[in-house]
Amino acid sequence: MKFSKLFIGASVFAALMSVQTAEAQTGQPYIHDPSTLAECDGKFYTFGTGQGGLISEDGWSWKGGAVRPGGGAAPDVIKLGDRYLVIYGATGGGLGGGHNGRILTMWNKTLDPNSPDFKYTEAIEVAASDGQEDNDAIDPGIMLDPNTGRLWVSYGTYFGFIRLIELDPATGKRVEGNVAKDIAIDCEATDLIYRDGWYYLLGTHGTCCDGVNSTYNIVVGRSRSVEGPYIDNVGRDMLQGGGKMVIAAGDRVAGPGHFGRTIVDEGVEVMSCHYEADFNQGGRSVLGIRPLLWKNGWPVAGDRFREGTYEIESERRGYALELAVDFTRMKQERRAWFRMDPNEPVVPIENQKLEEVIGEWPKDDIEVRIGDYMFRPHQRWTITAVPEAGGYLSNPYFKITIEGTDRALAATEDLEVKTVPSFTGADEQLWRIEQLIDGTFRIMPKAIPGQEGVNKKYVLYSVADSTPTLAEWDFNTDNSKWNFRNH
Amino acid sequence: MKRFTITMFMACMMLTSLIAQNAGPALDVYFSPVTAEAATPDNEGFIRRWLLLEPIDKPNRSNIVFTDSYLREAFNTEYFKGQFTIFPKDGQKVKVGKQKLAWHALDSKLFNVKLFRFASGLEKQIYGVLFWAVTVIDCPEEMTNVRLAVGSNSGSMWWLNGEEAVILSGDRRMVKDDCTSKRLTLKKGRNILRGAVINGPGMSDFCVRFIDEKGQPVNNFTITTTQPKK
Repeated sequence: MKFSKLFIGASVFAALMSVQTAEAQTGQPYIHDPSTLAECDGKFYTFGTGQGGLISEDGWSWKGGAVRPGGGAAPDVIKLGDRYLVIYGATGGGLGGGHNGRILTMWNKTLDPNSPDFKYTEAIEVAASDGQEDNDAIDPGIMLDPNTGRLWVSYGTYFGFIRLIELDPATGKRVEGNVAKDIAIDCEATDLIYRDGWYYLLGTHGTCCDGVNSTYNIVVGRSRSVEGPYIDNVGRDMLQGGGKMVIAAGDRVAGPGHFGRTIVDEGVEVMSCHYEADFNQGGRSVLGIRPLLWKNGWPVAGDRFREGTYEIESERRGYALELAVDFTRMKQERRAWFRMDPNEPVVPIENQKLEEVIGEWPKDDIEVRIGDYMFRPHQRWTITAVPEAGGYLSNPYFKITIEGTDRALAATEDLEVKTVPSFTGADEQLWRIEQLIDGTFRIMPKAIPGQEGVNKKYVLYSVADSTPTLAEWDFNTDNSKWNFRNH
Repeated sequence: MKRFTITMFMACMMLTSLIAQNAGPALDVYFSPVTAEAATPDNEGFIRRWLLLEPIDKPNRSNIVFTDSYLREAFNTEYFKGQFTIFPKDGQKVKVGKQKLAWHALDSKLFNVKLFRFASGLEKQIYGVLFWAVTVIDCPEEMTNVRLAVGSNSGSMWWLNGEEAVILSGDRRMVKDDCTSKRLTLKKGRNILRGAVINGPGMSDFCVRFIDEKGQPVNNFTITTTQPKK
């Protein structure tokens, strides 16, 4: 197990072939056993098995360059105050090897290796396994309890128990007298998170390190106490192998493992992991970032956003974003039902076509509004990735155009929205699309004319049932939320 | 004089009530004559004090014709002199074709202004109609980034201080906060708010309020239907 991790870790860091895809993180996102994402001075970092990790300027495009000494496997990282605490398993081995592992911590003021402040402290051992006991001291996951300020670590593999220990958040050392507690079996690469009165233990299940055949998947149990018991959705204790699925293979990626949670904004969360194999990237082990949804109190991975043509439905009332143009009625032979011959052949009616209506539309800018969805051309929006425009944690930026045209949705200087006749690539015509924890989406312009920098404040917003605008993000109103429906 | 006007109005209302007994609820079920005191928006910010013009005959058998283009043409047609500038007195009459129509200064007893009952209460035409409404929003100070929020049955168009603010096209039902204007500025002092509502068959009405950037009602102004001081 440990040997395999080290081997694959070295392999992925040696691989430097660039693959561009709109479906997964771009650049060179090659990693195995990634830590939770950490943000430092506007950049994102994740550390993996081996010596280093990945850096990203925007969360979408990744490359090697993060630095972590000590080698070993499967680190995690957390920001505590103005310092970063890195924790990792120092030894290798695995199911077929030795199990005398050690968990170590070390501090750094910054994660930027180019910073003059970049210097790791000497590593401190906080847990160990002797190779014989029912535990394998690698794969740590770290959590600061927001209620108590206490710092907890879960660690272990399939070889015995997952264990819980407590560290001192001021020193990164083991709390004196702390006794490790067994909290799960039959998983590895665990992580702890807290939400709304529940502690969640996420573990990776299935087979690691077998490329396209890896069955790695992430499961979860929850408890009212950080010390457990962690129970799954059907009442099984994770000490008895319980766990509810969070993410498994699909969409041409296999073997998700090593969960990490990142809260982007209120109501906007992502989970990081690796895929043991991304079929679109030659089966390499890559960093995966997916929307994290919460369904009935349980975390579940959202799907990667797919380009396509959609109704953009306002969560406020259920009406659809549309061009503010005259509604063109469709012709239909109308007869009373009782006058129809039931044996008469049924002739389907074709959808209204763009060419039947576009001649009536203004040629310059057209306002947008929200109205009854009738699957008409002025309501069908094609969402297309614009890879050269960069991205954010979960996706690249997109253009949003009327199907079959280049007419593009754009933000305006007065914080409204309109469409322009042609997509020019301008930042106000690029849109950030993120799935929210409740499964709906927020839609944000990359930039707003007259405002400097990347917009992180204003979203597409239903200020009335029929009126869209741009307003400050607020998860607690359906005005901020949208659905993409292909129907 | 004012007392006489109110007395006459009440007398007319009673008479109308008697006449309308067989035609539906009387006007005073839905409206009361304006009082001398300045009105304020209700708790939700709805503007209830209006000068309403008796319905203009505008035959439409169906509301399916109410596209943006149709409404712009219908509402930009001049039906009476000073249509976009007049601030009428209560009882003032205008001539529209062969119709002679009067303005009525009324307070709605409901959050919405039930134009259908306004017309039926006065024993006027109720279908195939075009209504005009006007009121004054008197602000103690300038208010920026407010929006005019409107619901109407059926299509309507609204102007603030002569500028188009919002259009509601299509065969619409009256819904609170159905459409809003873009961000507007209410100037200090008198702001003239004018609207036109069109309907074929249907129970015409509208509801109007101003909301702030957080969607909360704007309440800190008074509403009047009196003439400006000279």
